[in-house]
Amino acid sequence: MTAITSITAAQAQPQREHALDLFRQMVLIRRFEEKCAELYRAGKIHGFVHLYIGEEAIAAGAMQALAPDDAVVATYREHGHALVRGVPAPAVMAELYGKQEGCSRGRGGSMHLFDAATRFYGGNAIVGGGLPLAVGLALADRLARRPRVTACFFGEGAVAEGEFHECLNLSALWKLPVLFFCENNLYAMGTALGRSESETDLCLKASSYEIPAWPVDGMDVEACEDAARRAAAEVRGGGGPVFLEFRTYRFRAHSMFDPQLYRTKQEIDEWKKRDPILIYDGRLRESGLLDDDRLKRIEDGVAAEVQKAVDFAEAGTWEPVEDLTRFVYSERTRT
Amino acid sequence: MSAQEQTRPQTIHTTYREAMREAIRDALIRDPRVFLMGEDVGRYGGCFAVSKGLLEEFGPERIRDTPLSESAFVGAGIGAAMGGMRPIVEIMTVNFSLLALDQIVNNAATILHMSGGQFNIPLVIRMTTGAGRQLAAQHSHSLEGWYAHIPGIKVLAPATLEDARGMLWTALEDPDPVLIFEHGSLYNMEGELAADAGAVDIEHAAIRRPGSDLSLITYGGTLGKAMQAALELAAAGIDAEVLDLRTLRPLDNDAIVDSVTRTHRAVIIDEGWRSGSISAEISARIMEGTFYELDAPVQRVCSAEAPMPYPKHLEEAALPQVSVIVETARALVGKRD
Repeated sequence: MTAITSITAAQAQPQREHALDLFRQMVLIRRFEEKCAELYRAGKIHGFVHLYIGEEAIAAGAMQALAPDDAVVATYREHGHALVRGVPAPAVMAELYGKQEGCSRGRGGSMHLFDAATRFYGGNAIVGGGLPLAVGLALADRLARRPRVTACFFGEGAVAEGEFHECLNLSALWKLPVLFFCENNLYAMGTALGRSESETDLCLKASSYEIPAWPVDGMDVEACEDAARRAAAEVRGGGGPVFLEFRTYRFRAHSMFDPQLYRTKQEIDEWKKRDPILIYDGRLRESGLLDDDRLKRIEDGVAAEVQKAVDFAEAGTWEPVEDLTRFVYSERTRT
Repeated sequence: MSAQEQTRPQTIHTTYREAMREAIRDALIRDPRVFLMGEDVGRYGGCFAVSKGLLEEFGPERIRDTPLSESAFVGAGIGAAMGGMRPIVEIMTVNFSLLALDQIVNNAATILHMSGGQFNIPLVIRMTTGAGRQLAAQHSHSLEGWYAHIPGIKVLAPATLEDARGMLWTALEDPDPVLIFEHGSLYNMEGELAADAGAVDIEHAAIRRPGSDLSLITYGGTLGKAMQAALELAAAGIDAEVLDLRTLRPLDNDAIVDSVTRTHRAVIIDEGWRSGSISAEISARIMEGTFYELDAPVQRVCSAEAPMPYPKHLEEAALPQVSVIVETARALVGKRD
């Protein structure tokens, strides 16, 4: 990848740090979620938990294109997005525990991570349900003349929903600053794309709404970053939304209750050869940016961060039952 | 003060439609964050002509015609509200709002609570409800009682010129999603409105006619029928109180219980179907709140349990009518002749 090899000496240090940071972000998501699976089995985490393992390159890469005051709308498979966006890992883990120190006060759980400080608008567990929110956030920016963008992550399953088509049309019609980031992991729960779509070319669907769209190797973190930066620059230029199809694969089950009868072990193993962390590890070593010693330091740092998150969640407290109906309505009366 | 100002009338003659339009106009002038969006609100002037002239006055940025994409534009209203705007979203009819039910119920009503209080949604959604215009089964239903089932949203039903003029601004000042149901038969209602009419409270029911023999409890499009029934009952020597609920969520429990505690009898008039309805909820609250004050079982006059039919005679038979309210009330107080 030219991003690493063709740089001047003056750029080398920040570039190197950035590359290692991308790598570290992916490792953080991976180890954080491996811990989630372990804690789920241990009965510490309940409900539905959807792991992002295998897809880390997309959140880690795409989120680089966003500024702090941009907005993010994500799905129920959003631990990785929240972590990369800067929602503190302890607050995410406490949320998974259901503790009131969690980023949604423990009320949302795995599928509903929210964080006002980083403009992270969920955590939406209705497939396609986040797209209209992203369109509206972008509309607010347009009306207030703010040069911000809204990134909307969703899976390829959402393209079968009416809301996908309504939102692509509306945002293109009004030229709203939305980044539609489609994470195509080939299966909507257990239904393969070809078994649910008459047209499986997702970029063609987006193009039919006059939205620039292109596919990205979702297993290559630098490709993800590069595409997202190009897309964001285009959107910030006022041309309206851009659609990216990140081609990826989920290594784990859909949720914790999935025997995976719909795909073969061979297929999973083939994709695991393209593990985004493995690929980037190799590339960084080739460039001389990573060696065993540095890898160990990254892994140790991440392990400590995950442990800190677990400790924080363990030490967290339960919201008092008396607070159950707080925030059904706002506590302030005027806005 | 000029002579002209001194002679300015205290009231203006207006319609429910014009009162609503003036409320929207006023909101657009008062708050630059307010904008109106929906199907045909701009160039067409609104399906019921409520927003006629507003596009010319405020321009296409603030009077936004949308595609026929209820889920997208209602959800965009939610997103825009979270993004700091104060959207007024118009849905043509309550039946069409079902296409946006996901956004209203799964997002607008949940996000404040689900986010632990981080994101409130100051959104107003207006829509037409109700029957009486021979529009058949997909344009005539009264589903506001359904919405009143949902915690996290507020449900208003302006039945008077004052409320048509005044509820919108209060709703826009509310930090949470507010749904306003405008009964289609009310738009042409004419009357006198105070020239300086403005915001009204959206927390309390209103006694539109005090009485002592029984309470007629209603809201929205059936308020006029209840008032007419009360007049006819008065002629028969029965003094009916008419309670206009105004807000269906949260219900003004105290007003309901107070009224029935004084009159000891209640008839609930609701254009919704009776099964699983807001009328059932009100009946239950009377039972819970003032059971021992009741002199007779609570009665209900609701729509027939059928999709709304097109022909006039069947539509009339399906809807609550003054004659049925009167008959029910008379039977209840034991003065049936």
